[in-house]
Formats: sequence, C-alpha cells, structure tokens
Amino acid sequence: MGHSPKPAIAPPIPGLAGQAIVWLDKRFPLVRLWQEQLTGYYAPKNFNFWYYFGSLAMLVLVMQIVTGIFLTMNYKPDAKLAFASVEYIMRDVPGGWFIRYLHSTGASMFFIVVYLHMFRGLIYGSYRKPRELLWVFGCMIYLCLMAEAFFGYLLPWGQMSYWGAQVIINLFAAIPFIGPDLAIWIRGDYNVGDATLNRFFAFHVIAIPLVLLGLVAAHLMALREVGSNNPDGVEIKENLDPKTGTPKDGIPFHPYYTIKDIVGVFVFLGVFTVIVFFMPEMGGYFLEYANFVQADPLKTPEHIAPVWYFTPFYAMLRAVPSYFGTQFWGVAVMGLATLILFALPWLDKGKAKSIRYRGPRFRNFLIAFVVSFLILGYLGVVPTTVWGQLPKGLPLVGGMDTATLVARILTAVYFAFFILMPWYTKKDIPQELPEPERVTY
Amino acid sequence: MTAIVQDDVDPKKRRFLILSTAAVGGVTGAAAAVPFVASMFPSVRALAAGAPVEFDLSKVEPGQLVTVEYRGAPHWIIRRTPEMVAQLAKNEALLADPDSKESAQPEFAKGPNRSSDKSGEWFVVKGVCTHLGCSPTFRKEIGPEDLGKDWPGGFFCPCHQSKFDMSGRVWKGMPAPKNLEITAYKIEGTKLTIDADLKGA
Repeated sequence: MGHSPKPAIAPPIPGLAGQAIVWLDKRFPLVRLWQEQLTGYYAPKNFNFWYYFGSLAMLVLVMQIVTGIFLTMNYKPDAKLAFASVEYIMRDVPGGWFIRYLHSTGASMFFIVVYLHMFRGLIYGSYRKPRELLWVFGCMIYLCLMAEAFFGYLLPWGQMSYWGAQVIINLFAAIPFIGPDLAIWIRGDYNVGDATLNRFFAFHVIAIPLVLLGLVAAHLMALREVGSNNPDGVEIKENLDPKTGTPKDGIPFHPYYTIKDIVGVFVFLGVFTVIVFFMPEMGGYFLEYANFVQADPLKTPEHIAPVWYFTPFYAMLRAVPSYFGTQFWGVAVMGLATLILFALPWLDKGKAKSIRYRGPRFRNFLIAFVVSFLILGYLGVVPTTVWGQLPKGLPLVGGMDTATLVARILTAVYFAFFILMPWYTKKDIPQELPEPERVTY
Repeated sequence: MTAIVQDDVDPKKRRFLILSTAAVGGVTGAAAAVPFVASMFPSVRALAAGAPVEFDLSKVEPGQLVTVEYRGAPHWIIRRTPEMVAQLAKNEALLADPDSKESAQPEFAKGPNRSSDKSGEWFVVKGVCTHLGCSPTFRKEIGPEDLGKDWPGGFFCPCHQSKFDMSGRVWKGMPAPKNLEITAYKIEGTKLTIDADLKGA
C-alpha cells in the first residue's frame, strides 16, 4: 500500500514524546498508518477545484454522525410521540434547533457534495482502469446514502415523511409475484405505521451507518491502492523519481493536500452555516413545508414530491406509464437508472481518460446527460401539469401533459448516455487528443 | 513432538472438510436468519387490529365525501347526486377499464356505478391509489382550471397525477394500472358496515 518504499520508522523526536512513540510503534502500527495514509501517500500535484468534494463528503459524514447521535438523545421513534419530540427538540431542548438544522441541512449538502464528487469522476474518467472498484464502492456508498436519507426522512413523522415512505415502499409492491408480501414485510404492517417508524429508526441510526462506514473505508483503501486520478488522467506512478522512488508528479497528501482541503472546509462551512442560520428550509427544498404537519394516514397532501436529491429518479418513475396492468415498468426504470452507474467503467471504450483530451462526441453526450439530469430534477418537484397540455390535434402525443413528454425524452437521453457509450467513445470524431506524459498545471 | 510436515497433508480430505464445514455453517446461518426475517412481518397485534367499521349514513349530504379509517387505510363514503351518477355512463371513452374487469371489488360493484344500490347513490371505496398508495383528492367540480375543461368530476391523485372518475375508474394512460379497489361492505337502512371478510366479496 502507498508509494513509500521506506520502512516505517518513528521520526527522531527527542525526549519523552519520542520515547512514547517508539514504545507505541512497537505495539501498534501508528507511524506506519500515518505514513501510508497521509505523509507517504503521493497525490498528483495538479488537483483543482473539483478535488475538494471527496474530503468534504467525509466532513459531512462525520457531522451527520455527531449531530445524529445528539438528536437520538431526545427523539422518540414512536408514531404517537415522534412528531412532538422533533418539535420539542426544536423549541425546548437548548441548542436543539441548531443540532437538528445542522442534521437536516447536512443531508442535502451531503448529496450536493456527492453529486459534484461523482461529476468530477465523470469528467476526468476517474472510474477507468485501474479505478473500477473505487468507482463501484463509490456507487454503493451513493445507494447507501439514498437509503439512509429515505429512512431518515420518515422519522419526523410529518405528512411528507409519511406519504413519501408510503410511495417508496409501494414501489416494491409493484415487483411481480413477491411484491405485495415484500411491501408488508418492509412496513411490518398493512400501512405505514408505528412498526414502520420504529424499524426505519433502527436502519437509519445503526444498520445503514455501519454499512456506510465500512464502504467508506473500502473506498479509501481502494483509493490508496490505485492512487488518485487527476485532471490530466496521467498515471503518476508510471513516472518515478529514480532517487527517491516517489512519483515525479506527486506530492505527499499531508501536509500539501490537507492544507488545501482545509481551505475548502472553511468555504464550505461558510456556505453551510449561512443556510443553517438564515434559510434552513431552503424555500421548501431542504425541509418541505407539508412536513410541518403531523402525518395523517387518511389524507395525502395536495402536492407531494420527494426531497430534491431524489427528484430526477422520481420524474423518471412518473414518466413511465403502466403497461399490462402493472406499474412495475416505472419502478424498473428508476432502479436501473441508479444501477447503470455501476457499469460505467466497462462501458467507456475511450483512450483518453480526461475530458481535456476527449473528442466532441463524449463532451456532447456528457452535456446532454447533465442537462437531462437537472431538468428531470426540476420536473420531479413540480406537478406534471406545469407546462400545460400539448394541442389535441397532434399525432400520438396530442392532449398529453407537455412535462410528461419532456420527462420521457430526457429519461431516454439519460439512458442513451450509458447505453450508447461503447459506441461513441470507441471512435470519437474528429479524434481524441493525445494524453500528456506528465501532468499540466 | 513432531513438527507438522507438509507431505502428510491430504488435500482431498482437507478440501472435503473445508467444504462440509462451510456447508453446515452456511445452513446453520441461514436457519438462524429465519426468526430475524420473520420478526419484520406484521406482529400478532397488527394482525388483530382489523375489526369491521360501522357508519351512520343519515348525516351525509348529497355530493359529500366522508372518510373513515378501516385497517389503517382511508375509506370514502360518497353520496353521489343524480347528476354525478348520470355522468358516469358518458365517461367510458376516457377509461381504461370501464367494466372493472381487472380491478378488485365485490361482485355487486362491477357495473359503471360500482355501487351496491341500484340508483348508484352510495359509493363506498378504499381511498388508496392503485399506483403507489397515495390517497387521491376528491375533485367533484366539472372542468376546473387546473384539470382542464374535460374533467368530468372524480378523483385526482396528487402524487403522480392519476385520474379516476366518480366511480373510481382509472383513465387511460395513467400511472395507476387499475380502478380503485372496493372493500366489501353492506348497507342496512342507514347503517354501513365495511368488512373485508363479508360473504359475497
């Protein structure tokens, strides 16, 4: 692991501290860990803005765990008490509002940071050989995050919590044959109720976080093994300094990138705290207004939409009509839209990794993909009637909701980005530029 | 005291032992998982909470919808006006399954009225969308601005915009695949009983 060929030796620190480190290092690989993970881990020296988001995701993870622990001290996972206990945290617990807003804002910021982190991977080809597993672990983390966010959103027991959970659990009921029983098994009752809330609490506070932490560890171990990619897509390990045996284009992660990341942390926390203090609901996008009303199993709110980070997939679900008397197709499309990310490393047949050296076909497809993802995200928060209906006279689509048709087309674009990738990356026109041997900056 | 000598190892035997140990361990592990999986199914208490619901119909005004809870799900009692009932037959061109062949309902509720009384005045239905389980909104007005001029009155699901007519029959091309489900019920005088275990359901 790591790039350092040097054996782990405790640095010569004089005095008692030095002796303590020597004593410790004979019994626990403290110095070795430090060197392998930080000072001896060489990262490319041409990292740019896009390389902040990995460490920021770690920061948010830690914040979510810490604020989550303190929330559980006052929260009650009981259908009769949950809503009131959240209001109790907001009003009566000293600092409770702050801890809860950190947690609720953290959830949305987690997805912002992770989406930017994934976009970085897309533009610089960070999923390409030899980083396939690094990408796969990342996709698993993304799925875990979605599960964690979904389970957590039920806990305040507001109207959106309740009906959101109702819809998502019923997605599973659409699976042929086992679906209805599976949905009952997930809920523990015939409708979303106390049993559901109690188990979602268990998943949210212990089961998923444990899996998440394990996956993050695997993600980091895989990263240390293959090393970071960079905006030029150059493999820095292939160009070592003969004297030191370290990459010519690399610098030790610590202190160089730790210092850089701290700058990012400060900017990020600046934005984060402005949101927490001045707009924690973010106009109904981070905390939906309907969720300030206690869950009512007899009445669905007038307009229901998931939290923004799920809306691209939700728009796809809504766009697919039911065929053969089942709505399974929409569910399948939504599931495939997340699972197809896993296949990315094997779909990309291009020579160059980074967008800097790739041809226009890949760039255009990537732009189309990002634009369709963003518009689908918008369509997922508004009713399908938002753009009115198409004129009656049109063939095939006459009288259809315009937004539904747009969502169908964009869903096709989303999948085309992946399914056509082997073709449009194999021979880009006019051609890909040659990759440099050394990084540029 | 003899040292372990590599030559003494019987690879076949070792492989057999490894596989058989793994198999026995795997079966034991799977068996141990059964109670954990089972614990997530509805408890005896949840199963027992399903008694029939009774409701007095005399207080319902014409055109009014009343929601009652039965087995945790909203059930609607609607007293349809003669105009609402007359509209039902005109809706057929819009509907995916006007005769309710695919949907779940008691035998008596198959016609366009989907009602147990001949006049079609009382419409009792489980208020749960057959798409993903939201509870649709009662939109009895004709041709409101947001739903368009053609809207004949009925139910509109706020989750995924499925449309149903005043008999809970789904329109063509909606996310919802089937008409709204009707739980078995009976009306005796002004007493309504909703009970899924009623005979003839």
